[in-house]
Formats: sequence, C-alpha cells, structure tokens
Amino acid sequence: MRRVRVEVVLPGVVAEDADGQRSHVLEVSVGARVRDVLDALGVRHPRVGRRIRDETGSLRRHVNLFVDGEDVRRNGGVDAVVPDGAVLLVLPNVSGG
Amino acid sequence: MTVLAIGTRKGLFLARPDSAADSGGGWRVEGPQFMMREVPSIAITDDVLMVGVMSEHWGPTVARSTDGGETWAESDHGAIVFPDDTGAALARVWQLAPDRARPGVVWAGCEPTSLWRSSDGGEHFELVRGLWDHPHRAQWAPGAGGAAVHTILPDPGEDGRVVVAMSTGGVYATSDGGTSWTPTNRGISAYFFPDPYPEFGQCVHKVAADASGMDTLYAQNHHGVYRSDDGGLSWTSIAEGLPSDFGFVMLAHPTMPGTAWVVPLVADRERVPPGGRLRLHRTRDGGRTWAEVGSGLPDGAWTAVLRDAACVVPSADGSGGSLLAVGTRDGCVYVSTDDGETVSLVASHLPDVLCVRASAG
Repeated sequence: MRRVRVEVVLPGVVAEDADGQRSHVLEVSVGARVRDVLDALGVRHPRVGRRIRDETGSLRRHVNLFVDGEDVRRNGGVDAVVPDGAVLLVLPNVSGG
Repeated sequence: MTVLAIGTRKGLFLARPDSAADSGGGWRVEGPQFMMREVPSIAITDDVLMVGVMSEHWGPTVARSTDGGETWAESDHGAIVFPDDTGAALARVWQLAPDRARPGVVWAGCEPTSLWRSSDGGEHFELVRGLWDHPHRAQWAPGAGGAAVHTILPDPGEDGRVVVAMSTGGVYATSDGGTSWTPTNRGISAYFFPDPYPEFGQCVHKVAADASGMDTLYAQNHHGVYRSDDGGLSWTSIAEGLPSDFGFVMLAHPTMPGTAWVVPLVADRERVPPGGRLRLHRTRDGGRTWAEVGSGLPDGAWTAVLRDAACVVPSADGSGGSLLAVGTRDGCVYVSTDDGETVSLVASHLPDVLCVRASAG
C-alpha cells in the first residue's frame, strides 16, 4: 500500500512528552485522515496523544490543529484527509486566566 | 518529614518546616510545579505523593512522585481512562484517597461523576461500574463546579464498605465493594427541590468520619450541617450554634472522637466569611456545641475555603494532637498544631488554593 509522509509539529510544552522533539515525520496510508495521523502519533508517544485528544477521540476544546495552515475545525475536523507532504501544526488556543 | 502539599489553580506548592536558625519556626515554600495547571486533588502515602492535574489546554492526568516531589511520572496511557463503552471522557480528578487500611489501594473521585479504584498504588485505576451504572445517574446534576464524586471514605474496619458523596446527588454507600450502592441522605435537606427531603439529589459539600469510626459521620451541606450516628442511614442537624450553616469544609479529628471543624460562609449567595471574619468553628462534643477558634486567621477577609483546601492529620509526636491546615481562595495557607485554637501563616499570595494535604513526620 502506498504511503504518504506527514510532519506533525508540536508546541514546546507537549514536545516534553515526545523526548523533547517538536517535529515528527510519520508515514500513513494514502487517504489517511487527521485522526489516523494522530493515532500514529499516539502509538509512538501515548502521552502526546492524550494531550491532544480525550479518550473518546475528540480534540480537546482548547487545542487547535492546522493542516498546511488551515484550521481543521473549519475543514472537516479529524475526518479531513491529509495530503502527502502536509504539515500538521498543533497549537494551544489563546485562553485562560 | 512534615510536608504540606498545596494544590492551586496554577500549580503545586510544597511547604516544609524551615530548619534555618533565623526562620522563627517558619515554612519553606517551593514551587510552583505544574505551572498554569490546576491541582485539585492530592494524596500523600508513606512512599508516594500523588496529584490530580488539569490543564485547560492539554486535559487532566494523574502524576506520581516517589522522591517527595522532586520528580514526577505519569502512566503513558493515563491512570484514569474511561472505557470505550461509556462514551465519557475524564474532565477532572477531584479526589485521591488512599485506603489507609489496605496498602496499595487508592480511590479516585472524578468528573463526570465517577468512582475509581486502584490496587497498584495509583498507577492505574478501574472504574467502579456499580456506581457508574447506577439508575440514579441521569438525575445527578452538576453543581456550580461540575459533577463529581468529591468525598471517598473507605471503612477501615469493614471490607467492602465505602461511603461517597457527590454534588449533586448526595451520599451513597456500598457494603459489597462497589457492586451496589444505596443513597443515604435521610434527614439531609435539599431545599432547592419541591420535596426538600428527597431520597437523593442533595448537594452535600463534604463528609468526614469521626475518629471513633465510620458509624459517626459529619456532613457540611449546601446549607446544613449534619451528623449521622448510624453510618449515614439517617442524619440530624448540628448547625445550631454556628454563625451559618453554609460552607464547604468538614474536618474530623483523626484521633479524638467528637471533635470536628467547619469554616462557615454566610450563604449560598454570599460565599464569604460572616462579617469578613475568616474562622474555624470547632465542636468537641459531636456538634452539640460549637466554639469559634482560629486566632491568627484574618479579619476583613472576603475569601473562602474550598472543600478540599483543608485537612487534618495526626501530629507526628504521637501525642494525639493534630496538624490542621486551611488554604484560601486568595492564596493564603495557615496551619495549626493545637486543634485549630491558633493558626500561623505558611504562605500568602499564592494562586487560589484548591486542595491542601499534609503529612506529619
């Protein structure tokens, strides 16, 4: 099965749970969705997976994901297909007090 | 070694008696750890310090330290994870309660309303299905802070017996290790319902067990202070003599039967100390009479003490005394070594205090 390469970029505070590494290149199947990329990342770094999504698979409310600069919440959510060479950027929302 | 673990809205602080000659009996406060994360629950056992941590961004977790808080670890896949078939997600760990009579057993009370049991010292917890599947669940409504089990009292003398409390929902008890649960709220008012004495649905804020054992329980309710002499089957008011029957704290002396404390606030709609005088109120006779204590607590204090921002443990000297601590929403922490008669300041200007736990050693 043909594979595509996707880069996931984590914020520093989450990268602490990924051996300090912010950039993670993953190979996933052609047609893979955002959720599949996050699943693959979660297998490699389970704590990172838990930071981004809860146990139902939902994105945490104050976590934003951008695929090639586009907010996934406005573009199909975690079911959006991820193209070859995409960069998936994880960013915390600006919130709190 | 004596340690106060202080969970706040923005991290964990650890306070220890300062042995420096010029400290004047003060405390050395270190932290924060878990910066900008809530620490609403703490447990201290002989060898583990355990905290519930909640990040608004990155979610809740449980972290454990075996070196007194120097370093922390958490289970890769999470210590508390809702099973797939529940469709639920952990929102916050409200309570971590070591089972003092059963080494290795730790209980957790969580939001959404759930009870969890660990038999490996808190590395992994299992959902207590009997309470999760309880037919009353649909009618347990969230209080202002959320819906959770916030009190867990495992009976040291009777295997399988556990008393829990939730807001709202009330007090429930099991005698078969958690398979079946019975509401035990008879006599506790739920004034906000058409029937003020329903079988369940009460907004109990905190329950504590008397030093004599689990037959005698005390409850601080959302208006109402109660005692039970039959293990929670029925409750009678012991609010007479208090300046208010509203508050969040309920503490019972660890070794002295009949001694308990509350921290009164004016009312539901005025959650501040009466007249701005932050005080403990103590009973020595199981709630028949109360006395204001806490010399050293401030006047002009328009703050509050939350349900788990107070604790009491036996003193280290084996005298039967206590080490009592309270933390306020304006970031002050006080301790008393004379059963609350007088207090001294441990820390001030911290973020709002959610949880305080002590170990006297």
